[in-house]
Amino acid sequence: MKKSKFASLFLASSLLVGILAGCGAGEEGSSSKGGDEIKIGVNLELSGPVASYGSSQNDGFNLAVEEINAAGGIDGKQVKLVTVDNKSDAAESTNAAIKLTSQDNVAAIIGPATSGNSVAQVQIANDSKTPMITPSGTSPNVTVADNGSVNEFAFRTSFIDPFQGTVAANFAANELKVKTAAVYADNASDYAKGLAASFIKDFEAAGGTIVQQESYVAKDTDFRSTLTRIKGANPEFIFIPGYYEEVGLIVKQARELGITVPLMGADGWDSPTIVDLAGAEALNNTFIINHYSAEDPDGKAKEFADKFNEKFGKAPNSFNALGYDTVYLLKDAIERAGSTDGTKIKEALEATDDLDLVTGLYSVDEQHHPVKSATILEFVDGKQVFNTKVNP
Amino acid sequence: MEWIQQLINGISLGSIYALIALGYTMVYGIIKLINFAHGDVFMVGSFIGFYSITVFGLGFFPALIISMAACALFGVIIERIAYKRLRNATRIAALITAIGVSLLIEYGVIYIRGAQPEAYPDIFSNKTFSILGAQISIQSVLILSVSIVLMILLQFIVHKTKTGKAMRAVSHDVEAAKLMGINVDNTISATFAIGSALAGAAGVIFGVYYTKIDPLMGVIPGLKAFVAAVLGGIGIIPGAMVGGLVLGVVETIVSALGFSLWRDAAAFIILILILIFRPSGIFGKNTREKV
Repeated sequence: MKKSKFASLFLASSLLVGILAGCGAGEEGSSSKGGDEIKIGVNLELSGPVASYGSSQNDGFNLAVEEINAAGGIDGKQVKLVTVDNKSDAAESTNAAIKLTSQDNVAAIIGPATSGNSVAQVQIANDSKTPMITPSGTSPNVTVADNGSVNEFAFRTSFIDPFQGTVAANFAANELKVKTAAVYADNASDYAKGLAASFIKDFEAAGGTIVQQESYVAKDTDFRSTLTRIKGANPEFIFIPGYYEEVGLIVKQARELGITVPLMGADGWDSPTIVDLAGAEALNNTFIINHYSAEDPDGKAKEFADKFNEKFGKAPNSFNALGYDTVYLLKDAIERAGSTDGTKIKEALEATDDLDLVTGLYSVDEQHHPVKSATILEFVDGKQVFNTKVNP
Repeated sequence: MEWIQQLINGISLGSIYALIALGYTMVYGIIKLINFAHGDVFMVGSFIGFYSITVFGLGFFPALIISMAACALFGVIIERIAYKRLRNATRIAALITAIGVSLLIEYGVIYIRGAQPEAYPDIFSNKTFSILGAQISIQSVLILSVSIVLMILLQFIVHKTKTGKAMRAVSHDVEAAKLMGINVDNTISATFAIGSALAGAAGVIFGVYYTKIDPLMGVIPGLKAFVAAVLGGIGIIPGAMVGGLVLGVVETIVSALGFSLWRDAAAFIILILILIFRPSGIFGKNTREKV
């Protein structure tokens, strides 16, 4: 009795998902395998709290697919996107993945945007042998399970969090040519701790010395005493992984205390609020790492920025670029696989080597973590200005 | 030179704690109530100052005065609505009400304007000058002088005016004060008004000094100020000032020694130690409770 109740509940809920998704998806049922079109599932946050990420990526997807289809498709087959909204919810993300793999028989799934919703989809992708690529799920555990084994069918377009620490270390040692650095990290977040650890490891490997290592806790407002201590150690560079709410205050208070050395952070700094909190003047001589910059003068990036601007009437952000790249990453793999079979696409994705994308050269390591270039932006009078691109 | 800088950091932080602690201690002194909503009055004061500066384009001093006046009124309203009718109830009932009022204010503000933080505009130039190698910003000097002026003003009100005399009398013995013809209700309201005005001033000063304000910003400074009040001896006005400054300096020293993650813990360890070894605080006299 209990079991059948559960089964009917399950049926009803998957039916509901099917109906909801069906609105946006158009015709259903025909298999992508062997037809004259390739179906790609899109599982994105199109509503809910992080809808801005999802809809930005959706714009990137659509632009890329439009281009590919206009140029004759992949291996002569037109690409068709089947879009499902996961409402920024992990359970909905799982439902969307079930629907895409079992009803629509998609060749691969692109999305979701966030790490949490991507993790919710991994099991379905592995079970149904459907490759998935998340454009911006930066947490390492999307592709690596808790027990350390690789989630075979999961991939991502963006670099992972700890990689940004490596980029910062290389930038400090090679571009800014500093010998000593201090690290001031948010002790309440795994993100910041991971970045700090990889920065320290790689900065020391590059011959630098960490002269001071300090922590704060999210929601703190007074950083002056610790900053005074850091100032006493006289570092030439300070790495501050953390989120903009505290970082804004740290930058302001550091400058007030007469700390003039370059400060650097990662994508956690990327918010307009940081300019309000720190003030444009204090932010000068600070650097952040990001996936992409619309001001990147590189040919491919510039071409993308122009096309995007033409279609949507605004400069693309990093989510647009990552979404766009995700489609091309998949296209490259399908072409090399010569088939839309999930396992073959997966093998081709694993073999991706130095693929030239808008966000930089892209390769995959054995844990499905991308090895790719990162963009360094510098704050100049409150605006993020493209500084350089660091290759791994 | 680093130590001079740290001392300045500590005193600036401590003077904000002291301003909030004064309100705690005055209210406790007069009706034996730990007014946990006090930290939220501080938050409301900070927002009133923020909107006076950004929306009405006022300068620091007009914003400070508006915020103090509005908070004084707000404090009186809280007292009249929430605490007055509980004056003869058990102390635990009043305490729980205070926590309820605190949550009501916090989430009321979130309901009205959302939970996102706000950044105080730079109203003073970021100019700094150095004394003996320590960087001192103009705003921290101004903040320190405003705090000191307010504390002197408070001492003057408590010791030289009629209201102050009435406050001291009510704090000493409510019944006797009544018999002497003192209007106890008005005196209690005046206490709430003065304490809340100081919290409002602290809110504006905090905003200018630390930039970021949000609806839950009053929680931790409120608790720290409570510790400061207990440290100095709750109910004793000079005790709150000294307690606030000591706490600010101790926290700064803990961070300066490299134990920044232990800073909040240090504040509460002080609270525990004080409660164990000297429950009446630095300035308190050891008196036995009358049975």
